[in-house]
Amino acid sequence: MRLDQMYQEIILDHYRNPHHRGLREPFEAEVHHVNPTCGDEVTLRVHLEGAGPEAKVLDVSYDAQGCSISQAATSVLTDLVLNKTVGEAFEKHQAFLELMQGRGQVEPDEDVLEDGIAFAGVAKYPARVKCALLGWMAFKDAVARVES
Amino acid sequence: MTSTSLDVAAIRKDFPILHRTIRDGKPLVYLDSGATSQRPVQVMDAERHYLETSNAAVHRSSHQLAEEANDAYEGARAKIAALVGVGIDEVVFTKNATESINLVAYAMSNASVAGPESERFKLGPGDVIVTTELEHHANLVPWQELCRRTGATLKWFGVTDDGRLDLSDIDELITENTKLVAFTHQSNVTGAITPVREIVEKAQSVGALTVLDACQSVPHMPVDFMRLGVDFAAFSGHKMLGPSGVGVLYGRHSLLAAMPPFITGGSMIEIVKMEGSTYAPPPARFEAGVPMTSQVIGLGAAVDYLNALGMENISAHEHALTEAAIAALREIPGVSIVGPVDAVDRGASVAFTIEGIHPHDIGQVLDDQGVEVRVGHHCAWPLHRRLNIPASVRATFYLYNDLDDVTALAKAVVEAKKFFGV
Repeated sequence: MRLDQMYQEIILDHYRNPHHRGLREPFEAEVHHVNPTCGDEVTLRVHLEGAGPEAKVLDVSYDAQGCSISQAATSVLTDLVLNKTVGEAFEKHQAFLELMQGRGQVEPDEDVLEDGIAFAGVAKYPARVKCALLGWMAFKDAVARVES
Repeated sequence: MTSTSLDVAAIRKDFPILHRTIRDGKPLVYLDSGATSQRPVQVMDAERHYLETSNAAVHRSSHQLAEEANDAYEGARAKIAALVGVGIDEVVFTKNATESINLVAYAMSNASVAGPESERFKLGPGDVIVTTELEHHANLVPWQELCRRTGATLKWFGVTDDGRLDLSDIDELITENTKLVAFTHQSNVTGAITPVREIVEKAQSVGALTVLDACQSVPHMPVDFMRLGVDFAAFSGHKMLGPSGVGVLYGRHSLLAAMPPFITGGSMIEIVKMEGSTYAPPPARFEAGVPMTSQVIGLGAAVDYLNALGMENISAHEHALTEAAIAALREIPGVSIVGPVDAVDRGASVAFTIEGIHPHDIGQVLDDQGVEVRVGHHCAWPLHRRLNIPASVRATFYLYNDLDDVTALAKAVVEAKKFFGV
């Protein structure tokens, strides 16, 4: 059943018990992103050390409301980027973006995306792709703001 | 299973799309007509017939094809005018209802910087536009923008906990400063039907114009704008079995005749000189450029289809489905109806939430069962904010739905609860 492919147990686990949730200090940038078609929202903060691609992601904290896909994707994001460099984090973002835009045709690399591979089934539902990307777009925006 | 006054089995034969399947062979249960309705073969045939026999640019050439195209286009206008009880010259074709409302907003905007001839439509600081918290964004954002451009102030009616308009402060909201009152005939979320006459009488008593969003009423029940007394009204073709790309603006003739144009150019003019131009009388003044001809003709065929069934019958049928849907959903623990739970003064939009499952996730499970509903805020974000919910699931019923669809909806909702373990 395709529904089970979409709602992998990993996704539901992250949804029910989101990682690193809550807004914390310190942070250098805070952004608020919405999905205007459905009303899902995320407020996301980043705390970086250093500058450029070598800057280290010391914290990503967030407050969000939305569907299981958007909530779980943001939770997975934090696992993937915390204590990585910005360059590494953006590589993961790129890999996740390619997976989500692949219409289910992209084979995800577990070494890069870890729990993120569970979203392969979501990519078959184009209307839900933006749910999965909401937190990632916010993260990218927040990092860009720190750097500017 | 048939429910009431309509022979749904016969009707469904006219809608080929209703016979396809969804997601690995599930029969399609289409409950999203509030977003867009499906089209019967009669509408598609009318468009095709026109294109195969008489297609030409209307109101331009004088050859035989153009003559036939004009007749078909104007014939459709007459049918649409008759459906809503107004004069033929009071019907303006637009791209959609959103454009209809924007047409009025921009005409008033243009009037606000024009000479004394446009006094009736001028707005400035101190003037008030009144709308409601129940509105679709299409009947809110244009007024916010008009206020921003002119310095007028926007005020709004609130909403009761069960999703009806709260008119208790009507005397404070609609005063002699009020220039325009814009409100929906029926909420596209809660289904609540507005007591139009009460608002119109109050607006008229202070000389304010009224704009009615009739997108969710005209397709579903008998509507007579003349009797309602509104000055302007907007509705969409694609929500009433017609094609997309055509909307309607009704405007009281004396107002349309005095109102400055919004979009200017070909076919809306009277005399054009290099120094300046004068404009055609309505409705031509508001239909610049070659219009969406086959779509208008398709909409005319949709009106024929609705008339053949009878708007009273359609309304009664939907009423029965609404009652059944509310009852079936309320039996399921954890389901809350967003809107009135009694079917009094209420149309066939049944929105709901389920405790513990986000509407998007509910919609996904419903879709997996072939049940196509809308999830999100349905372009009524302030309403959802007022009701303290981020989003909702919305099932909307139409003349081709029956009690089996209600059963399928309830069954899919139970399935969604099971899937997410709530």
